Amino acid sequence: MGWKKYLFPGRKLRSFGLMGMNQRNGDYISRYNRRKFYPLVDDKLLTKQLAMEAGIAVPALYGVIEIEHQIGNLAKILADYDDFAIKPAHGSGGEGILIVKGRSKHLYRKLNGVLLSEREIGHHISNILSGMYSLGGQPDKALIEYRVEFSSLFEHVSYQGVPDIRTIVFKGVPIMSMLRLPTRLSDGKANLHQGAIGVGINLANGRTLQGVWCEEIVYHHPDTGYAIEGMEIPNWEQIMRLAAGCQELVSLDYIGVDIVLDAALGPLMLEINARPGLSIQIANQKGLLPFLRQIEDVKKMPESVLERVRLGQKLYEA
Amino acid sequence: MKNLHVILLALTLVIISTALCVYKVVELKLPLLPAEQAHVWAVEARVSFKPTKGPAKVDLRLPKKPQSYMILDENFISGSYGMTLEESDENRVVKWTLRRPRGNQFLYYRMQLIADEMPISEPINVRYPQKKAYPEMMQTAVDALLDEVRSKSADTRSFTHELLLRLNEKNASDNILLLRQGAEKPEMWVQRIISILAGARIPARQANILLLKDGIRHGKLTPWLQTYNGTEWMAFDPYSGASGFPDDSLIWYIGDQPLLTVKNGRAGKIEFSVHKQFHEAEYIARQRSDVKNSSVMALSLFQLPIQTQNVYRVLLMMPLGALLIVVLRNVIGIKSFGTFMPILIALAFRETELLWGLVLFSILVALGLMLRFYLEYLHLLLVPRLASVLIIVVILMVLVSLLTHKLGIERGLSVALFPMVIISMTIERMSLVWEELGPAEALQQGIGSLFIASLGYLLMTNAVLEHMIFVFPEMLLFLLAITLLLGRYTGYRLTELWRFRALLKD
Repeated sequence: MGWKKYLFPGRKLRSFGLMGMNQRNGDYISRYNRRKFYPLVDDKLLTKQLAMEAGIAVPALYGVIEIEHQIGNLAKILADYDDFAIKPAHGSGGEGILIVKGRSKHLYRKLNGVLLSEREIGHHISNILSGMYSLGGQPDKALIEYRVEFSSLFEHVSYQGVPDIRTIVFKGVPIMSMLRLPTRLSDGKANLHQGAIGVGINLANGRTLQGVWCEEIVYHHPDTGYAIEGMEIPNWEQIMRLAAGCQELVSLDYIGVDIVLDAALGPLMLEINARPGLSIQIANQKGLLPFLRQIEDVKKMPESVLERVRLGQKLYEA
Repeated sequence: MKNLHVILLALTLVIISTALCVYKVVELKLPLLPAEQAHVWAVEARVSFKPTKGPAKVDLRLPKKPQSYMILDENFISGSYGMTLEESDENRVVKWTLRRPRGNQFLYYRMQLIADEMPISEPINVRYPQKKAYPEMMQTAVDALLDEVRSKSADTRSFTHELLLRLNEKNASDNILLLRQGAEKPEMWVQRIISILAGARIPARQANILLLKDGIRHGKLTPWLQTYNGTEWMAFDPYSGASGFPDDSLIWYIGDQPLLTVKNGRAGKIEFSVHKQFHEAEYIARQRSDVKNSSVMALSLFQLPIQTQNVYRVLLMMPLGALLIVVLRNVIGIKSFGTFMPILIALAFRETELLWGLVLFSILVALGLMLRFYLEYLHLLLVPRLASVLIIVVILMVLVSLLTHKLGIERGLSVALFPMVIISMTIERMSLVWEELGPAEALQQGIGSLFIASLGYLLMTNAVLEHMIFVFPEMLLFLLAITLLLGRYTGYRLTELWRFRALLKD
């Protein structure tokens, strides 16, 4: 019967409960995410403000640049900070993020050691404002915020950038998580399609499973050689509750929440995605569909965040 | 069931479209496949002018009994105009009049022709021309030329041929150059030849022909030369001297009078459109719908002016291209720049043909991409940068046209038919993808786009499909049904099987 595997590869994926792009778009995103709430997640400034009001931990906002003219004030805004990150408010897929780690006289030092002048930073912001990184080229805003100092746990399994934890939250219940580790290939970015590693996480106890890198299963970080399996992620409960709490924030039922672990501040919510990708399934070696269907069958969803986290963990262990 | 609504809707659409098709095939006997053999030429002359004060009078010359064609059917679309038809020996003239025209005026004359061996009518009243007096300088030149030609020819045919060869010689003598002066336009050239022939007392006349070529939209008449040898009129190309009329040419009228005269009107213009129709399709459709008074045929695209019909022939193929994109992207999962950009590229390929289209497009995008990277280095703002890319694309198009023209590759000129905004957007997107996701991804998407465009071209230029969708436009409902169903296809894309292959391993 071996040949059937090759003739109908879809059947095997189906039995895994693997969700494809068409099904995600047609059955989940268009059904559960109402268009009118999209601006809340598409504008990172708005998300941040909502989160701050709701008491959800986020990186501190240093300043916002909305019009070209304000680039002149850059020196003033940055005067107090040596470390910071500049992001487009409407960016997607980690595009257009500039991270500065320290200064050298009047120059700014990028994460990879390259020095930038203030003029070059100004040009980067100008590109952000003109909509280079936003969906559909809409005019954008640039956010200047606290640079996350990632937890020392990830020191050996990360190349330059900041690792983050992506969690799919459906109807307020976290159902699947993965740790995203930047590599040399991804140029320090945490996006899988750019070459970052996705590491599955046991939702019930916060221990890492195997990783997936460029669609292949890996057990060691390709740049540092350190094992990525079996790491215990600290503050796991807190991370799960932070992710689950984001559902109320944006009124969307199918979201991906990105959380980073700051060395000093603990888990911080970075952004919410209304169209989370599908590679998380490869990292976890599990399809999303069984979880989604079980939650769709739940008659009365528990109110409290803690109960929803427990429900997600129970489903994962089952 | 969540998909029931879509399925029922699609089913209804399929039933409606199939029923209409079956009715047309069974009852109206419309051919399902294009039949090439017996074709009908549908010719339309469109007169337009802007009226000035006073009653408008429009005279248009029309063919009477065109050589080697038969007029199957003709009609005049003249709205509130009064119309009279006058006949002379060779031609007919339609006279349209209206006392108070308002706004731009349009008048149509349509005819349907089939190729036919008409007996050539006996020439009547051929008058032998009187010797004409030329200005002194010219007189000498004409006499010298006629003497020379006379000595080298045997009859009227060879005389005319010799004369035309000499008059059109590349390295012409001063005499010939003198005779060519002031006759640059084709009509004037033919008249000049006629007046020279009068010097030898050979009757000659101007025949104005329309070249019948499928899909012409702004056609004009071409003046031709005819001489009389005592028994019949013979035709000659006034430039090459070749005898006979070109293939598929219709003598619209004979003589040097203007084709169109407009009294109390400005900017009078006449344009011809020609379309080759399949005999069965058009002829039977018209006949049967007349007999049966079928309301289905009232909605037929054949009712539209031919100019518009030709536009719709292209437009109706676009839904097929759109369906192709749906299949390639949602079922197979090929990546491309933009959603419908490949289809617009494919439309441009219609004009350039596939291979040349691919070559020219790749050259333009590659050059544009190189310059775009240079612009990036200049740190320009987004919108001015896009505009710069557009300007550069136009300059590149001009350069490619000039270069290929110099090299004698006339196909290269068709680069001008590419939609430049599409090219600019492709370059911009490709460069962004290149920088953000790397050259591999950019090339993958670029090749994906060209692959879809090539498939789209092959699909949209398929003669059978074009015939079917034009004669049975209700098939669009069928396409819509398939698209709706595909819109609810939530299965895996073919490329996802590859993407998730790590899970397929045991």
